[in-house]
Amino acid sequence: MGYFGELFVMAMTAIFIQNFVLSRFLGLCPYLGVSKKLDSALGMGMAVIFVMTLASAITFLINKYLLLQFGLMYLQTIAFILTIAALVQFVEMVIQKNAPALYKSLGVFLPLITTNCAVLGVAIINTTAFRSDGITPYNFLDSTLNGFFSGVGFTFVLLAMAGIRQRLEKVDLPKSMRGMPIALVLAGIMALAFYGFMGFKI
Amino acid sequence: MSFIKELSKGIIKDNPIFVLVLGMCPTLAVTTSVVNALGMGLAATFVLICSNIIISLIKNITPSKIRIPVYIVVIAAFVSIVDMVMSAYLPALHKSLGLFIPLIVVNCIILGRAEAFASKNNVFLSIADAIGMGLGFTLSLSVVATIREILGAGTWLGMRVVASNYDPMLIAILAPGAFITLGFLMALMNMLKEKK
Repeated sequence: MGYFGELFVMAMTAIFIQNFVLSRFLGLCPYLGVSKKLDSALGMGMAVIFVMTLASAITFLINKYLLLQFGLMYLQTIAFILTIAALVQFVEMVIQKNAPALYKSLGVFLPLITTNCAVLGVAIINTTAFRSDGITPYNFLDSTLNGFFSGVGFTFVLLAMAGIRQRLEKVDLPKSMRGMPIALVLAGIMALAFYGFMGFKI
Repeated sequence: MSFIKELSKGIIKDNPIFVLVLGMCPTLAVTTSVVNALGMGLAATFVLICSNIIISLIKNITPSKIRIPVYIVVIAAFVSIVDMVMSAYLPALHKSLGLFIPLIVVNCIILGRAEAFASKNNVFLSIADAIGMGLGFTLSLSVVATIREILGAGTWLGMRVVASNYDPMLIAILAPGAFITLGFLMALMNMLKEKK
């Protein structure tokens, strides 16, 4: 299988088969919190894709050339979360300075991303992930792309959820089911649908 | 008596999962069995107590501009301790909780309590708050896990509790079951609250 085949497998796995939200349970807080409106869901999704891609790239370098090199693996959690926090802060400042229009649409979501477990999750998963042959560990490009595809998977279900919830507003639900409970049941049904992808062997 | 008040509020009134809706990821991911739920709950409680103590002690010398990174480092340090102790003494539990141990760092309950409570109150009250919130979290996890384990595997804490010819509803311990169980539990909480 060529490298593009490899990429295809990676993309399908991250987006459908092992979706970050619905089968790995990562990034649930924004999934449930920011999915009330379609446009804010889109903003959040874009911000997450951006940060996850960058974070995967940088944490890979830190892991390989700093932590593994000097035998500091026990500092992995601290090193990764600090990197992500600094990165988010940095991205926020750069966007604010150079692209005020973009900052207006993404700005409010950026601080929330530091505590989005999907970002730290993908960084940790990348350090132990293998390509589809099961032997080759992820290299720099693999990790970065895996971060990107996982972000796309997150955005995909976030948008689907927001679309459904917007329509739900007009539905007459029992009082006790309104808000969070119905969102969780919906997520359950979506997860059930995504289970259909599990059987696929690529 | 405010110690008791701070301690008890986390369990029912301000329950972190059902009322504040914080820390959803571990709630859904590790509640496939009661053992996992208890392990996760106690690990998070330990981190919560330790980080609340440290943060309330250093609250006066922390510049407010960099307080969030400072809190995260304090929390990450205790999470690393839990991670290493667990992998040394409870390797089976460590393996089944997996990724979610390092992810305690980004559990919103812990950072949320640091920011909302420990950075404003003294050590004594912060400990009470941490114990209450930790117990509330552990208790809620156990409730969700009890339902899922009994429905999905027919066991509780590994012991068989239903007749042996019961055909387990496998979906309850899979991902969709987690969402649906929690959704209905929350609706139940809302219903009870309205009745009052």
